[in-house]
Amino acid sequence: MAISPVLPKLVGQRVKRREDPRLIQGRGTYVDDVKIAGMQYVAFKRSDIAHGRITSIDTSAAAAMPGVEVVYTGADIAKFVKPVPIATPFPSPEHRAVAIDIVRYAGEPVAVVVAADRYLARDAADAIRVEYDPLPVVVDPERAMTGEPAVIHPDFANNLAVALVPGGTGVSPDGKSVDDTAIEKAFADAEVVISQRMMNHRLVPNAMEPRGVVAHYEPGKDLLTIWSSTQNPHILKTMVAGMHGLGEHQIRAIAPEVGGGFGAKINIYAEEYILSGISKQLGMPLKWIEERSEAFVATTHGRDIICYLDIAAKRDGTLLGLKMRLIADIGAYNMLLTAAIPTLTMLMASATYMIPAVRVTLTEVFTNKTPTDAYRGAGRPEATYFVERGMDMLARELKMDPAELRRKNFILKDAFPYTTAMGAVYDSGDYEKALDLGLKASDWEGLKKARDAARAEGRLVGLGLSMYVEVCGIGPSATLPTGGWEHAHVTIERDGRITAATGASPHGQGNETTFAQMLADQFGVPLDHITIQHGDTSIVKQGIGTFGSRSQAVGGAALNMAGVKVKAKMAKFAASLMEASEEDLVFENGTISVAGVPAAALPFQAVAAFAYIPVPLPKGVDEPGLSADAYFEPTNNTYPFGCHITMVEIDRDTGEPKLLKLVAVDDAGHLINPLIVEGQIHGGLAQGIGQAMVEEAVYNEDGQLVTGSFMDYAMPRAIDFPRFELHSTVTPTPVNPLGAKGVGEAGTLGSTPSVVNATVDALSGFGVTHVDMMLRPEKLWRLIQGGRS
Amino acid sequence: MAHVSITVNGKVRRAEVEPRLLLVHFLREHLNLTGTHVGCDTSQCGACTVHIDGHSAKSCTLLAVQADGCQVTTIEGLAKDGQLHPLQEAFWEEHGLQCGYCTPGMIMSAVHLLRDNPTPSEQQIREGINGNFCRCTGYQHIVNAIQRAAGNMAEVRK
Repeated sequence: MAISPVLPKLVGQRVKRREDPRLIQGRGTYVDDVKIAGMQYVAFKRSDIAHGRITSIDTSAAAAMPGVEVVYTGADIAKFVKPVPIATPFPSPEHRAVAIDIVRYAGEPVAVVVAADRYLARDAADAIRVEYDPLPVVVDPERAMTGEPAVIHPDFANNLAVALVPGGTGVSPDGKSVDDTAIEKAFADAEVVISQRMMNHRLVPNAMEPRGVVAHYEPGKDLLTIWSSTQNPHILKTMVAGMHGLGEHQIRAIAPEVGGGFGAKINIYAEEYILSGISKQLGMPLKWIEERSEAFVATTHGRDIICYLDIAAKRDGTLLGLKMRLIADIGAYNMLLTAAIPTLTMLMASATYMIPAVRVTLTEVFTNKTPTDAYRGAGRPEATYFVERGMDMLARELKMDPAELRRKNFILKDAFPYTTAMGAVYDSGDYEKALDLGLKASDWEGLKKARDAARAEGRLVGLGLSMYVEVCGIGPSATLPTGGWEHAHVTIERDGRITAATGASPHGQGNETTFAQMLADQFGVPLDHITIQHGDTSIVKQGIGTFGSRSQAVGGAALNMAGVKVKAKMAKFAASLMEASEEDLVFENGTISVAGVPAAALPFQAVAAFAYIPVPLPKGVDEPGLSADAYFEPTNNTYPFGCHITMVEIDRDTGEPKLLKLVAVDDAGHLINPLIVEGQIHGGLAQGIGQAMVEEAVYNEDGQLVTGSFMDYAMPRAIDFPRFELHSTVTPTPVNPLGAKGVGEAGTLGSTPSVVNATVDALSGFGVTHVDMMLRPEKLWRLIQGGRS
Repeated sequence: MAHVSITVNGKVRRAEVEPRLLLVHFLREHLNLTGTHVGCDTSQCGACTVHIDGHSAKSCTLLAVQADGCQVTTIEGLAKDGQLHPLQEAFWEEHGLQCGYCTPGMIMSAVHLLRDNPTPSEQQIREGINGNFCRCTGYQHIVNAIQRAAGNMAEVRK
């Protein structure tokens, strides 16, 4: 069916969020705010060692404590909770919801307590005595690949979760046939080769709301209701149903107000299966709220991938070839999407450049650490970082302006759709336009002069530039194991109000506002006549969820489609009342009228009312009522892009880096609400800069997370940032009717390499060509003192 | 058990509590004032910020018994007679929140900040909210909101 364009009225405006009145008054309902009569509290006893065999668990003291309902060991839980499933097609070792024999990371659950209140539950968990026979711990993924000092899962020799998957030029789509001719020739013909090992280190996502679950099985209804701080309640419903042998009709999953996700709340966690399983066993409501220090080890981490990068080029800067050997440290287990995340790094290896020959190999390795999974950007910031760092090294080697080296190699704007060597089909782009705007908006030439003037005073100032392209608007179904569509439902109520439901379940993205803006324009009604429902599978019948910057590009498009269907039917009712042709009708200002005859307009509400008491039913209308469903599945992903420019100064005496300036140009296609888009970009920038400058998950040799609380893991604060300067170009995507590409992750893409590029530039006088993140002052100070990177 | 009498948002609340009960749990569990959030267990994040006798304090770091006899204001008590506080208005206007989890604590800290310094510079605002983490906004719209509120409150004082 035809899809009408979204009319520019409220769409494109800086509309204040409709979510905010409740949130600024403390009236939101997050999981921990859910209270049910008779509810008991759950606490977990977790392993405090990284690898070991459980020799004994003594739960007697805990079980004897007044107020303790029951204590479960791993063996008890295994009677009604199966191993934790994953969604990717990769082989995966058995992952018990609660460890039975062996613990493989510090933080893995070993016992579960149910008690009358949260303090008692914690007390009882602390009273459980667990003894271990320690096993050798492996934390270095490159050492793990040798099988030393430990093989974590017996069926995965040398700890290889995914062993050496090749991709790129000369590799068949199934990876089985590999022809090295082109890539070898590229490097044989090269006049200059850049080679560097780089680390994209491990991060802790740290949504401000830790995870939490309330599970309530009602035996009388044979219904399990589960509230969870999740990005995707519909996936939760399907997974929990599968786990407990329930029909999907027996599960109601609710994502209430969700206090941030950043990718770490995509995964369906052991705790969600365990609480629902225990609630079903006991027939009572249960609550578990993650403590922050628990979240540090129990919620999936992000990034953690090593790249051996080689770039082949001519001396004039023309790229000939690029090789990446990727080693991803995925921690102790495969989670829902874990194994797929580094494949996105592979996919985006060409970045914004025309590279004749590309070869990427990926190895994923188990270590005794918390498992990784998606973290804002999920695979794409890693690719961007490696390529953009490499491009900067090449520019320095060739003594070229880093902007001009990039310009020389861009995929040209008339080359789209463009298929990369990795097989990604970039939908649309104009990289030179984004670069040019970045250079102009930042006054690049002026910045260079300012940098040089500062250096003449002895200050260590550097400039960094990074381009990026990411893959967003995740769909179609071939690219996502859950299905790559989104669902929407639109009802015109009898009183003319519009109720719409979306499977895009937000956690701060403001969908209640942007989606209402779209519908307001589509139907010509006021914003406050529209209600957006989400996050409850009993209200929103189907859905996928919110990740991969897909809310607008996929969820918004589904809503638009459902709106088109309802509007077409409503037009039939209106046409019959007005004795007019439906093609001539105009929906505006809360009325429906014949074009050119606004005086004879019918109130929108009157037509809605008629649709529910249609006497007589108009010709060509089969049934009363005004509601419609739609499923939108895009034909392709979207590929937003941009350019991030930074200026960094390093304190010569202390090595402390300071971000002086950040100019971001982002192209996310058409924007529904620029105010919300800015907020998304700001947040992404803060996380991208945070990775470069302050954040790092550090493990010691024993597999202990040394940065295991906010006292040790530096969260970015307001004082860490200058005022961000945002600009945008608009290159619509052809893959959805809105032309929107998605913007949730963009900020994390270009900012990280830009900051590191600026830092290396600032230290170039000391012979520094590369420094691994994060940019710890001590590390930079040593470089200034003459140490090598 | 210990007896406490705490005036919360203008109303005297008396209760028998465990001596170890944290103030934040007294507010959330006993009084059902769930607008005050818990974001960490080490007093860093500030999501639990309330006012005690007019000063901002992290309610996860105080026992309920320590607040005995005190005046406590939570986010629920900030609006007066259905009228949002200028900082609440400004956070809404400037898109100073996304997921909303840090927001109550952030607003309570900002109220105290502007009480101490009604005309803060941008740098003073950034330093003033150093005890409050936000993972969503990158802080820029929060800074804008506090600047706007400072301006609006100055207008009212004129």
